[in-house]
Amino acid sequence: MDRGDQDYGTALRAEGIEMWFGNVGALTGVDLSVGRNEIVGLVGDNGAGKSTLIKIITGVLRPTAGSLYIRDEAVDLRGYSVLRAHQLGIETVHQERSLCEKQPLWRNFFVGRQITNRFGFINVRKQKELAQEILLKSIGFRGAGITVDTIVEDLSGGERQGIAIGRAMHFNADLIFLDEPTAALGVKEVSKVLEFVKDIKTSGRACLYIEHNLAHVHAVADRIVIIDRGTIVHQVLRGEMSVAELTSFLIELQTEREHADT
Amino acid sequence: MPTPELKTHQTLWSRIEGLPIVLAFVVVIAAFMITAPESFLGYRMYTTLASTVVPPLILGLGLTLVIAAGEIDLSFPSVLKISSLVFVMITKFGVFPLDEDMADKHDLLVWGAFVLALLVGGLIGFINGLLVVRIGIPSIIATLATLFVWEGATVISSGGLSHNIRDIKEYVIFDVLTGRLGPVPVQFFWAIALAALMWFVLNRHRFGEHLLFIGDNANVARVVGVKVDRERIKLFTLMGVLGALAGIMLTLENKNFFTTQGTGFLLVALAAVFIGGTSITGGKGSIVGTVFGSFIVGTVEAGVVGSGISGFWTRLVVGLVFLAAVTFHLTVEKPKGFAGLRRIAGMGGRRSEEGSERSRSTRPP
Repeated sequence: MDRGDQDYGTALRAEGIEMWFGNVGALTGVDLSVGRNEIVGLVGDNGAGKSTLIKIITGVLRPTAGSLYIRDEAVDLRGYSVLRAHQLGIETVHQERSLCEKQPLWRNFFVGRQITNRFGFINVRKQKELAQEILLKSIGFRGAGITVDTIVEDLSGGERQGIAIGRAMHFNADLIFLDEPTAALGVKEVSKVLEFVKDIKTSGRACLYIEHNLAHVHAVADRIVIIDRGTIVHQVLRGEMSVAELTSFLIELQTEREHADT
Repeated sequence: MPTPELKTHQTLWSRIEGLPIVLAFVVVIAAFMITAPESFLGYRMYTTLASTVVPPLILGLGLTLVIAAGEIDLSFPSVLKISSLVFVMITKFGVFPLDEDMADKHDLLVWGAFVLALLVGGLIGFINGLLVVRIGIPSIIATLATLFVWEGATVISSGGLSHNIRDIKEYVIFDVLTGRLGPVPVQFFWAIALAALMWFVLNRHRFGEHLLFIGDNANVARVVGVKVDRERIKLFTLMGVLGALAGIMLTLENKNFFTTQGTGFLLVALAAVFIGGTSITGGKGSIVGTVFGSFIVGTVEAGVVGSGISGFWTRLVVGLVFLAAVTFHLTVEKPKGFAGLRRIAGMGGRRSEEGSERSRSTRPP
């Protein structure tokens, strides 16, 4: 699992990704790349294909066609899974769906890759120590009354996303996916999550940030990619468009589509 | 300087697993010591209890894992029947005739029958798992159906007859599994050892943790890399093996097999699990609770009769204990629910919204 300091140009490159559910094309040829230490925002309307794309890249779904390169190396999509993605340094933070609510934090950090002995029994002490380290170093929750034994239910939405992002960073992910992490959060909580996203950048990692709310993604992304009707239609570099311009661009897209449909 | 409120459920109730249910057990025993002193002040009541409680306790241990994983298994009484039948048929018609005139007993063959019966239980559990996972039948429906199927299969293949296996007491297996250590039945120690093992499996093993996460939220479990389907199949298989084990313990203790054995455990074993505090919504299970829950149910059943009330009352009393226990667990689990009840009990308002909001806003510099 040691990936060392190998040299690579892009953290992720997807080429010609197609996904067909029967006759319905959810994705019809998507080319997308995320550079090293780049935060890429992926925006688009409901049903544009955002979540299908992320499911393919994280190993939940297998695409109908296309190829995937991680750190410039081709990925064998037939053997690709969530676990394989973890091994390749890809972690995902889903919207409100990354943690199990009735379980303590130390279990949530390590589930799926527990530290066990030969018989599969968990080394609880070691896991708690490491979880403590993640809390203090990666997330900085010192003094907030949160311990490794805290049950997820007792955390606010923003804290939960922080925990999930911290977990991803701890496992040395080179590339972190954020799937609408600010959905259903209050204003104060959103700003906390955006701080966590900036932490990803400063720690030298790359991030693909899927977002509904243009202002949120505009505040942190180096580049914004716009997906529509299953394909990438436009890319905007940081500073090229204001939030207002971006919004009207998307509205135009939508009007265009409505005309095309009728 | 005030320390920030810790965001944990670590009250005394939750730090010692099953504490309320242990106390409830003590109360039940104390009550019966008063109402039925002749039985409950002697040791005989307890040695009897230590043997009768074992089969439903073994079933309850398995059910604790099943329910913690958000599933249910109703087929275990039939699994118990058919695997007992397998064991009885092999020993009675295969091994006993061989040993009729010989001093040398075929102990190994009896152990073979034991293992085979466990395998049959495991196979049936595996089939339950396939029905739930591969075909996608909800477990309550799938196992209700197999409850009928395997009971039917048992009645058909036994011809509805009971079989005594009195000679089994000449074999090692009888002493090892269901003999007596002084006045104490050996199966009691086996059950406690099994409970300890299952505690470690649920709370300290990768498999148990996966079950808790699946029961909590199967979608999250999947995205964090738990092989949900495989773990579910393993779970039902394990439940099948435990059903078979309970069946063999029961059959050895009775030295007899009858087709209706185990039918009554369906509700008793489930009641013990819920009385013990395992959550029907999944994600949480208490082995300690199940052990004492089983003892409470067993004690009430024996004690009601001992108190001189008609035996007709047992079910009613067990039901009331059941309701009281589940209500208690819900009040502890869901601090915001049952507001009315909490007010009556004077438990309200400790973890107020204000308090937790204050501690949330302190982020380190």
